Amino acid sequence: MARLTPDRRRIIRDAVGVGLAVGAYGLSFGALATAAGLSVLQACALSLLLFSGGSQFAYVGAIASGGGPIAAVVSAVLLGSRNSLYGLRLAPLLRVRGARRLAAAQLTIDESAAMAVAQDTPPRSRLAFWATGTSVFVFWNLATLAGAVGAQSISDPKVLGLDAAVGAAFLALVAPRLREAGAPTVFVVGALVALGLSPVLGYGLPVLLAAVAAVTVGWRVGRDVREPELEEAR
Amino acid sequence: MTLWIGLLGASLGCYLLKLAGLSLPQRVLDAPFARRAGVLLPVALLAALVAIQTFTNGQRLTVDARAAGLAAAVVALALRAPFLVVVITAAAVTAGLRALA
Repeated sequence: MARLTPDRRRIIRDAVGVGLAVGAYGLSFGALATAAGLSVLQACALSLLLFSGGSQFAYVGAIASGGGPIAAVVSAVLLGSRNSLYGLRLAPLLRVRGARRLAAAQLTIDESAAMAVAQDTPPRSRLAFWATGTSVFVFWNLATLAGAVGAQSISDPKVLGLDAAVGAAFLALVAPRLREAGAPTVFVVGALVALGLSPVLGYGLPVLLAAVAAVTVGWRVGRDVREPELEEAR
Repeated sequence: MTLWIGLLGASLGCYLLKLAGLSLPQRVLDAPFARRAGVLLPVALLAALVAIQTFTNGQRLTVDARAAGLAAAVVALALRAPFLVVVITAAAVTAGLRALA
């Protein structure tokens, strides 16, 4: 294995580390999914087929709150839209076609995208993408199974406070994103609009409308901050 | 059964979004608005989900033990606790308050 230079070995080691860390999310996802009423098989199917943490938590959160399957699908798909932007950034680095593109698409998630764009050459980006994507996929799915089986024996999720854990999981997912310009405003507007509308509209629609309102506000706030930066870059 | 249909629908939708990013010409989504929305949309959605998950009960607004759990999660995040610790802290505080009540 002459190809395994110290650089490449470091990338693979990092990829395994990221996979192990993400496994912790998978453990809580599996537990919360079964607490929300999904079967072990359904929890595992989500991790295998959907494979995008935020969307999976959104799906399960909607089901747990009695939001119904349509609200669950809409929240999951909206949260998954950021993966399109990762794909756009990754496409020129990966240059994949055919079956490899189909496989790469499934592995296009927060972690694999972040690790790939952090490398300084395209070959390293490609290695980082595939190694991180595969590692997260393996650990995420194993952890989902473990969490789902472990939580299955719990009769009332409320006794263990698992309903509160879903909100905390969303908060932990959003926390690192609040450093972006305009993000705190978007957070407050999103939360208030959702709460204001939910007594009237139930679970699904307030989330959608809150997102539209908050992004509209954030677009205006952020534009003021961003424009001088763009001028300089030119 | 509807749970399975929803699950497969959400999975297919999310997969097509991933594939679109790798397949579309760069220019299509590279507009500043798309970039900005890509950063802000997850924030807005997650904020709405945090709020609804914590402060509603059916269609009623409520403040109960879950709010204390969320406050504990904020403290844990401020202390840079890892994901699993944040989630367990929120669950434990909420469960503890319910046990006392």
